Amino acid sequence: MATNLQDYEMMLIFTPVLAEEEFKNAQEKFISLIKENGGEIVHVNSWGLRSLSYPIQKKTTGLYVVIEFKAPSDLNAKLEIQLNRDETVMRHMITHLDKFAVAYNERKRNAPAKESKSKTENETVSSVSAS
Amino acid sequence: MARPTDIKYLSTQRVEKRQKKYCRFKKLGIKYIDYKDAEFLKKFLNEQGKMLPRRITGTSLKYQRKLGHAIKKARQMAILPYVTDLLK
Repeated sequence: MATNLQDYEMMLIFTPVLAEEEFKNAQEKFISLIKENGGEIVHVNSWGLRSLSYPIQKKTTGLYVVIEFKAPSDLNAKLEIQLNRDETVMRHMITHLDKFAVAYNERKRNAPAKESKSKTENETVSSVSAS
Repeated sequence: MARPTDIKYLSTQRVEKRQKKYCRFKKLGIKYIDYKDAEFLKKFLNEQGKMLPRRITGTSLKYQRKLGHAIKKARQMAILPYVTDLLK
């Protein structure tokens, strides 16, 4: 049954008019849709309300969700239909993850502090080159 | 008599040699460029939100390509702007 599962990442932007409860239900809807069609959820990261870089549908903020999942490759077409049909979803993007991306996400999940460490490392390198 | 030390001051010689540019992805071993990390991607953009050329950042071709994909994804998802002024 569960043969050839691919790694994907789905980013959704919901309209900011949703209430807390509706937002959760909307997430749950897509998560259950993935599960029903032979997929597995790896991680759900709900960013919550975030300001957009440019207005989408005349709105300047959006509710972001990032869902990592494993699924057979025929799931995406079904998912896409549901995403386009749902009016609460302003934007969606499904990305195929390669092995480096999977490793990166896992590392980030387990140690979010490490991210800032590598950044400071970068800065010291640049300051050395500047001096 | 012009001693070699005097000549040094007369002709404006370049004091230091510029450090060689390097690809920071290769140097730090970054294999995957995350489109969700806006702060990191901003290092490779200019004030208008345009991508900086390899000539300036020193990124290798392989990672410049991946960087381009990441930036375009980030723009689609409104993490980065398509056009602005004063990004930084």
